[in-house]
Amino acid sequence: METPLVFNIQKYSIHDGDGIRTTIFFKGCPLRCQWCHNPESQRFEKELILHRHKCTACGMCVKKCPNGANEIADGKLVFHRDRCTACGRCIDWCMTETREIAGKEYTVDELLKEAKKDLPFYEQSGGGVTLSGGEVMAVHDMDFVAELCRRLKREGISVFIDTSGFAPYEHFERVLPYVDAFLYDIKSIDPDEHRADVGVDNTLILANLIRLARDGAKLYLRLPIVEGKNDETEHIVQLMDFLRENHIEPFRINLLPYHDIGKGKYAGLDRPYDEESMRVPPKERMEELKTMFEAHGFHNIKIGG
Amino acid sequence: MANAANQQDTSFNVNTPERLLKDNERGCTERIKRLRRISHATQPHIDMERAKIETEVYKQYEGSVSIPVLRAMVLKEYFSKKTLYLGDDELIVGEKGKDPQCSPTFPELCCHTIEDMHIMNDRKLVNFTVTQEDLELQEKVIIPYWKDRAVREHLLKAMTQEWRDCYEVGMFTEFMEQRGPGHTAGGKNFYIKGYLDYKAEIEEAIQNLDYFNDPDAYDKEQELRAMAIDCDAVCILGQRYHDLALEMAAKCEDPQRKAELEQIAANCAVVPAHKPETYWQALQMYWFTHLGVTLELNPWDAFTPGRLDQHLIPFYEKDIAAGTLDDTRALELLECLWVKLFNSPAPVKVGVTLKESGTYVDFANINSGGLKEDGSDGVNAVSYLILDCMEDMRQNQPNSNVQISKKTPEKFLRRACEIARQGWGQPAFYNTDELIQELLLAGKSIVDARNSGCSGCVETGAWGTEAYILTGYLNIPKCLELALYDGYDPMFKKQIGPHTGKAEDFKSYDELWTAFKTQLEHIIDVKMRGNLVIEKIYAEMMPAPFLSICTDDCIKKGKDYNAGGARYNTSYIQGVGIGTISDCLSAIKYNVFDEKKFTMAELIAAMNDDFKGHEIIHNLVKNKTPKYGNDDDYADSIMQTVFNEYKDYITGRPNIRGGQYHVDMLPTTCHVYFGDVMIASPNGRLAHMPLSEGISPEKGADINGPTAVIKSCSKMDHCSTGGTLLNQKFTPSALAGEEGIANLAALIRSYFAMDGHHVQFNVIDRETLIDAQKRPDEYKELIVRVAGYSDYFRNLDSKLQGEIIERTEQSFGGCGCC
Repeated sequence: METPLVFNIQKYSIHDGDGIRTTIFFKGCPLRCQWCHNPESQRFEKELILHRHKCTACGMCVKKCPNGANEIADGKLVFHRDRCTACGRCIDWCMTETREIAGKEYTVDELLKEAKKDLPFYEQSGGGVTLSGGEVMAVHDMDFVAELCRRLKREGISVFIDTSGFAPYEHFERVLPYVDAFLYDIKSIDPDEHRADVGVDNTLILANLIRLARDGAKLYLRLPIVEGKNDETEHIVQLMDFLRENHIEPFRINLLPYHDIGKGKYAGLDRPYDEESMRVPPKERMEELKTMFEAHGFHNIKIGG
Repeated sequence: MANAANQQDTSFNVNTPERLLKDNERGCTERIKRLRRISHATQPHIDMERAKIETEVYKQYEGSVSIPVLRAMVLKEYFSKKTLYLGDDELIVGEKGKDPQCSPTFPELCCHTIEDMHIMNDRKLVNFTVTQEDLELQEKVIIPYWKDRAVREHLLKAMTQEWRDCYEVGMFTEFMEQRGPGHTAGGKNFYIKGYLDYKAEIEEAIQNLDYFNDPDAYDKEQELRAMAIDCDAVCILGQRYHDLALEMAAKCEDPQRKAELEQIAANCAVVPAHKPETYWQALQMYWFTHLGVTLELNPWDAFTPGRLDQHLIPFYEKDIAAGTLDDTRALELLECLWVKLFNSPAPVKVGVTLKESGTYVDFANINSGGLKEDGSDGVNAVSYLILDCMEDMRQNQPNSNVQISKKTPEKFLRRACEIARQGWGQPAFYNTDELIQELLLAGKSIVDARNSGCSGCVETGAWGTEAYILTGYLNIPKCLELALYDGYDPMFKKQIGPHTGKAEDFKSYDELWTAFKTQLEHIIDVKMRGNLVIEKIYAEMMPAPFLSICTDDCIKKGKDYNAGGARYNTSYIQGVGIGTISDCLSAIKYNVFDEKKFTMAELIAAMNDDFKGHEIIHNLVKNKTPKYGNDDDYADSIMQTVFNEYKDYITGRPNIRGGQYHVDMLPTTCHVYFGDVMIASPNGRLAHMPLSEGISPEKGADINGPTAVIKSCSKMDHCSTGGTLLNQKFTPSALAGEEGIANLAALIRSYFAMDGHHVQFNVIDRETLIDAQKRPDEYKELIVRVAGYSDYFRNLDSKLQGEIIERTEQSFGGCGCC
């Protein structure tokens, strides 16, 4: 089976769960959230990111590419993405750090070795490892993920999984014995809105949430708030009703205000970004939502990660 | 997951121009605000009174009394005649010169030329006012007498041509050419004994001298007599302040101030002659001692009140119980000491030393926390007051820091982190458990090791029992420069080291390593040979009997601090540029020998051209090479090899004071000077650019965040040094909220669990610093951490400012966006 790709290993990760953590970002996601700020996380294959503003059209990449994906025309770089196999041969010879390959193979051993490097910090801070994505629960090779979780746990390392919940529940069952907490995203309670913004239905996501809660998983709910998309009071109230009806008691709820820092990455991947329809929610609105949750009896509400 | 992130709360970060303006109004009471304002608003100036009195004493007595006695007579005469200062509002009395911000000169060590006097007056940064009268005195009286007598002249004359060549091209610096041996701190003695008690001990020691069997008995008698004279000297100063305060009280019409003056007089009737009885007197006792140590000679790093919280706590508890002290008063008195330390700028330097350390900071360093001598946790109520004082006063001087042991309560650590997060560089964090290991390894007893601390920047010592003397910085990366050019200095066009072959002919990394090792060992030998001569010159010509009174076991041994009188006698050579050298060797090993991306000849050509026209090689060495600071064993193992070579070649060699040499890894600001004397280096660093500082990675080389930096740094064996220095820069957002504090505390605990020695933080964003560089007037109060000390950003030269801006800024979130 295909080995899952990792597109980033983030040390001193302090916004993805408790303490000081190492977050391993797996590549590939079945969702297409319009506000996604890591577009390089979406596809399951390796791809080349081009930071065009750094390029000086020196032509080194033209010489090094075996597939003719680069050419210089009128003193400018023309990149043929269709010809690029993301082999990475141009990377070392790019003089201006214009090029980056998103996606790298690791063995479980290698990831474990990386994760163990920061063991002293996990121990002092109550941190550990967070598996994120993309969507780590939707990778093709769940054996890999389950084995990684099992071995991390055996090293005494806390394991968190950051997930959209859009994966078969069997995948969750496989890692449940090893996972200390799930950072579980709810993008919208409204099925139509969810389909429109994220590209998939939310039935599976909500069903998985109910089952995880019943199975006793520790849950940190994470709600991205995008003005103009999913911030209507009505839907927030519906979500709170849903949580109560299903006896879902999150350990913490993070309200994550949208930002557009990922915008530039879309250009680097030659993909469109619909910035018109999304806005950063004002601070007051975030506070309002927080108060709303608290008024409905939810505790431990935090704005931000 | 692809989530949106939060907007961080950064309101704690107070380095905005508006907030900085308020710094003029710091202090816990109106009195402190007034005192602090005077201290900060007064222009530092030169004070010739000491030099004048000293010259008179020498003219009258030189040749008719022994050298130690002559030295003591200078201090006694100065304390008998010096102009006294007792300012409005003051509760702790005594100044080094006539008034606040005076810098007395020490012509017996280095005699300023008229040109020096003009430079110090006219310099744009860190200047000292010199009056016409000062100039005339210097020209007519001081220079004619001292120009050939100053230690600096003797010392430079005694050096070999080889030493002078190395010194001139910046292979190393020499600490003792302008300032006396120091780096020391007081122990507990002068909090439990008065100078009359010391004098009785000294007289007893004289009585016990064995003239029949001890060939050194006469020398010891002279040294002890000098110590006794110095006891009188400081008692005279106390008596004069007693008289002055009474006199002023008699004339004072404000009843409150009158009572204060009477209390000051009462205090000075007790200290320094007798042991202090109250918290207030304990602080006054320290201050008189500080004046004695720093006016007898101009020792490096001034002097330090030892483990202040430990020493003060018995007085604090007694006075609180008696109802004669409350926390506000206790804090106010501490803040009075802070003002006194700020009033005392560093002695003015000349020449290369001026270049390497352009600052008013005199490095008095106060440690709080740590352990008690019985091994239990040392944090007490005064420790927290010192943190409050530090936060309140926000001064780069004194250099106030905390010691953290595994027994230190989390509350104390987090309170210290809270202050560190405000972004002005204090407190730095020292690892008590590691300090103790260092000292035990170097042969100290466990009790003396627990009574230890860091003075100056990060230098470990057994306080009150050790003379640990730093002798100068050594430019490690420049040794590689010599190795690549067959011992020839390509910057100064001069053969400096032995012939070790042309780089182009090296067939393997091992051959290169051998050449580097040969150059490094040669330079260390040249430095050390000079050191031993210099130590001897100080031991014979410049004893420090006053400092010897305060340092065990000088009285018992009848020997001077500068001649091996202390219980422990250590010398240090400070290695600079470990990050740069590791990356340089990694760049060659990886690109030339392992991956064969280019040849040595091509690399040398690129270096000769400062990488101009060699962009491909520059890119490879700068961006595509394993670098120290990323928890990558390829580069980190090179760091270990270099460090071990440096340490093993120095450690354990004898000094002339009966002790041994050890190494420190700290630069102060010398990494800027050492970079300035070098051409481009193999790691892509351009000519004249600064080297890496302390044990921090080369700027921009660490790209995997603070945990990776800390892991890399931990691969050095800190316990075998006398101190290492690690700088970390954070953006405010990375430390926001309760969690930010918790994570910072955990980061420190982790580093210390791995035996890291010291870490300090600049918490400030790049934009603010760039803005401060452009508009210095609006950031007058902006303090940043430089090396083992903080300084006003505006006082740094533009190169050092740039260097601080470029230090890698750690700002991490979960997904690279928070």
